[in-house]
This record gives sequence, structure tokens and C-alpha cells, in this order.
Amino acid sequence: MIPSIKQSSRFNAIYQSYLIAFFIFLAAPLIVVAVFSFNDSLFPSFPWQGFTTDWFFSSEGNKIGIFFDSDLLNSIWLSIGIALVTTLLAITVACTNAFLFERFDFPGKSFLYMLMLLPLVIPGVLLGVSILVFSSEIANYLEDYWFIDLEFLRPGLTLVVIGQFAFITTICTLIISARLKKFDRSLEEAALNLGASPLMAVFTVTMPFLKPAIIGAAIVSFLMSFENFNTTFMLVGSDAPLTVAMFERLREGSTPVLNAISLLLMLGSGVLAIINMTMQKKSA
Amino acid sequence: MSSLRTTSTFKLGMWLLLAPLCLWLVLLIILPHLELLVFSFTDPEKDSFTFGFYQEFFLEPLYWRTFVRTAVMSIMATILTLLIAFPVAFYIAKMLKGRSKGIVFAMCLIPFWVSELVRTFGWMILLRESGVISNFLQWSGLSDGPVELLYTDATIMLGLVYTSMLFMVVPLVSTLDSLDDSYIEAGYDLGGTNWNVLREIVIPHAVPGIVSGCIIVFMLSLGNYLTPVLLGGKDSLWFTEQIYTQFITRFNWEQGSAFGLLLLLLSSLIVWAGLKISGQSFAKTMG
Repeated sequence: MIPSIKQSSRFNAIYQSYLIAFFIFLAAPLIVVAVFSFNDSLFPSFPWQGFTTDWFFSSEGNKIGIFFDSDLLNSIWLSIGIALVTTLLAITVACTNAFLFERFDFPGKSFLYMLMLLPLVIPGVLLGVSILVFSSEIANYLEDYWFIDLEFLRPGLTLVVIGQFAFITTICTLIISARLKKFDRSLEEAALNLGASPLMAVFTVTMPFLKPAIIGAAIVSFLMSFENFNTTFMLVGSDAPLTVAMFERLREGSTPVLNAISLLLMLGSGVLAIINMTMQKKSA
Repeated sequence: MSSLRTTSTFKLGMWLLLAPLCLWLVLLIILPHLELLVFSFTDPEKDSFTFGFYQEFFLEPLYWRTFVRTAVMSIMATILTLLIAFPVAFYIAKMLKGRSKGIVFAMCLIPFWVSELVRTFGWMILLRESGVISNFLQWSGLSDGPVELLYTDATIMLGLVYTSMLFMVVPLVSTLDSLDDSYIEAGYDLGGTNWNVLREIVIPHAVPGIVSGCIIVFMLSLGNYLTPVLLGGKDSLWFTEQIYTQFITRFNWEQGSAFGLLLLLLSSLIVWAGLKISGQSFAKTMG
């Protein structure tokens, strides 16, 4: 089964056609989404009515293209905003976590490390509802006993950010820790010997070394936040981020404008994926 | 650095780094789940302790059947994903070298950077009555009329397998990568057949990857919401849907909390069992 071992040509043919079938399976749903965004029809299905770019650029009639669909455009901006804030928070905490776990020894460290991994095994829906319940309880308590009404503890964008931050931080911590492990401590010591304060050494020597991991983690975090549905869906208020808005339209039955936006999403995430992969290769 | 370790600045640094970690874990993970636990045992009218919401789960067949169904289908999806992914991972890890290996591996990864919603939408276009496959079957004469392929259990299974494929391929490739070719060659030299080599050498070596892949895929399937709802339609009967209904539609938070904890319990049990059987540690498998 490895190149140095000869197999019958029939075995090889079967194995290779299996692989081709597998890649068709992987690509098929993405290809049809892309192709039907150019169908000149009100539904993303056959029959093929001819090629059009109306689902991107048309501004009137019964076909409103994505660039003129203000509801969807708003939800895109909302998602971008949420993703930026979540990423900023998650990266900050992930950096402090990485230093804590890589540089310090303290009682209960391995227990804390396990707790830190926990968000990976909690289903997203559950993470969402538990935060919803907890924050509502705090809000109710404050309102009943202290007559303070804290709007941000009710379903809405702040809670969405908090919910996404709760699990994205774990992933960012793992990415940044992995790179910090490879850091040669003697470089930091050299900086200290040359008169730098510990903090200065970290910021001038260690952080630049971590930069590729931080950028990689930020890309992953941005995409995970942007594409998150499960946790977000439990915590949204009246403003719908993109995934929630798309979900609602999908259930109603959709026009190919959804294909158009999906194609844009694919291009966006594809570009980010390639940037991330080439960067990992360079820094490895 | 040794002088630094004893100074109080070092201690202060540690506490400063400990603070965000603890705030995050306590406020966003531990307390919310404890709150769920309290909720699930509280009678909202009398504000007293009750087992009622768990009783309700066992007494109402719809609830526990949905629960069992979700668990069984998730296990089946995990096994299917493993079977489909293994030959692919083996090919990438062992048959390909250098540049072509990188490209094929990247081809496996890139689809999963796209939102799950988009991927599921793609399957809907392929499988629905007016969809691509139905049209193809009619055009080729294999079927006389439109065929509805959506809204069956098989469709849900297909969606689950597709969605979690990456999380199986990646750990498998990385463990198979570390298997030295000479072991495989030795297996053949000693007269082993393909099947012998696979069973005696390749699979035992791949166990850590198989376990972490299976655990992740199982948890993702169990906690999935989009795929069962969109591909399974009204009768998808997925447990996360029940949780959503209790919380958001019926506003019965106590019942929803009980359901949520049961789901968490099931997923922890299966993860624990998987680790136990294979003798792996949680931190190693996840990290």
C-alpha cells in the first residue's frame, strides 16, 4: 500500500477512483452553490434560464442583487463587527493564557489546563443557552433588587460576542501556546542581560516571534466567529448577524441571492485559508 | 532568570496572567453551567427542589426517543466518517510526497473553511425535488418523475458525515505520517497480505488519531443543529432542536436546562469511554 510495495493495477485503479469520488463528494455542494448564483431564475434550481449577474448587481425589479440588498448587507457588517471584537478579546486572553501555561508552575495547573479545554467538548447550542440563562438571571436580580436595567445582559450583540469568545479563546490559546513552546528562552535572557526589563524583553523579543501564530489564530478566530451559528442563534436579539439572517431565508425558501452571498463567502474564506496555510508553512 | 523566579514581580506577573483565565472560565463556563444545573432541579412555581423535569424526560417518549436517536445516529455518523476518511488519510500520508501531498491535503481542508450553512445549502440544492440529482435522474431516464432526496434520515447522515470529515482526516493524517514506511515494508517482507499489514501494523499505530478523530466527530454530530434541521426538515427529531424549542419557543427554561445537562452528560460519558478504551488522556487528545 505504499509506493515501494507493488500492488496489482486493479487495486491501484480502484483506490484512485475512490479518491476521485471523495473529492467530487467534497466539492459538489460548493460547486452547485457557486454555479446557481449565475442562474437567471427566481429559484436556485433547474431549469437553467441563462447566465446572469443580476444576483450580484441588480438593484430593481424582483431580483435584488446582494450588493443592493440592504438587509443582508447590514447583517454582513454586523457579523464583521462581532468577529473583530471577538477576535481582539480572544487573542488578548489567549496570549496571557499561553504565557501562564508555558512559563509558570503553580498548584492546580493541570486541572486549570483541562478546564481551559472544556469549551471544546461543550456543544455550541448548550454554551449559548447556559450563557443566556446565567446573564438573564444576573439581569433579573439587578433589576429586582437594585433597579438597574442592564440592557447588554439581555439577548443581543454583546451576548453574542461573549458566547463566541467563550469557546474561540480556547482554540486561540492552543495555537499560540504551540508556538510559544518552540521559543528559545536564551533569546529572552540575552535581552535581559543587555539591560531590558522582563516586560520589555517579552514585547521586543518574544512577541515578534509569536506574530505568525497570533495572526494565524486571529484569522481562525475571525472565521469561526463570522461563521458561527449554534451559539449565536441562542443569543441573538433583534439584530441578525449574517448566518442567522441566511438561516431564516433558507427556511423560507430562497432566491439565488443566497447563492451569490455564499459565493462571496467562499471566496473570502478561501483567501483567508490560503493566507493562513502559506503563513504556517513559512513559520514552520 | 533564576533570580527573577524568586522576586515578587514574578509572583505578581503570575497573578495578573491568572486573572483573565479565571474570569473567563468561571464567569462564562463554570457558573453558567452550574446555573443550568440549579435551574433543572428547581420548581419555578414553588421555588423548591424537584426531579420533575428529569421525570418528564423519561415519561415522555418523544423526548427520550429523540435523545436515543440522536446518540445512535451520531455514533453511526462517526463510524461512517472514519471508514470514508481512513483510505483518504492513508493515501495523503503514505502514498504522496512533497508538493503533491501538500496540495491534496489542502484540497481536503479548504472546503471546511467555508461556513457550514453554505455547505448545507449546497446539499439542499443537490438533493431537493427540483434539485440537481433529481434532474439528472430524470434526464438519464433512471426515474420518471422528480425525486425528493431531502428530509430523510439518510440525508441527515450524509450531511453529518460531510460536515465532520475534516476533523477525522486531519488527526488521521498526522498519526499516519509518523508511521515509518519500513514497518509496512517489513510486514510485507514477512509475507503479510494487505489486510494483515493494515490490521497488524497500520491500524494499531493509528489508534491515537482514530480516537481523537472519533471523539471530535461524535461531539460535533451530537451538538449539531443546522444540518439536521435543514436537511432533515420537520421530522429530523434532533435533541439540540428540543433544547432550542424548550428555551426559545416554549420559554420552559427549566425543562431546557434538564435536556441540556442530559446532552452534556451523554457527550462526556462517551468521550470518557472512548479515552478509557484507548488509554488516552483528555489533554493529549484535545491539545
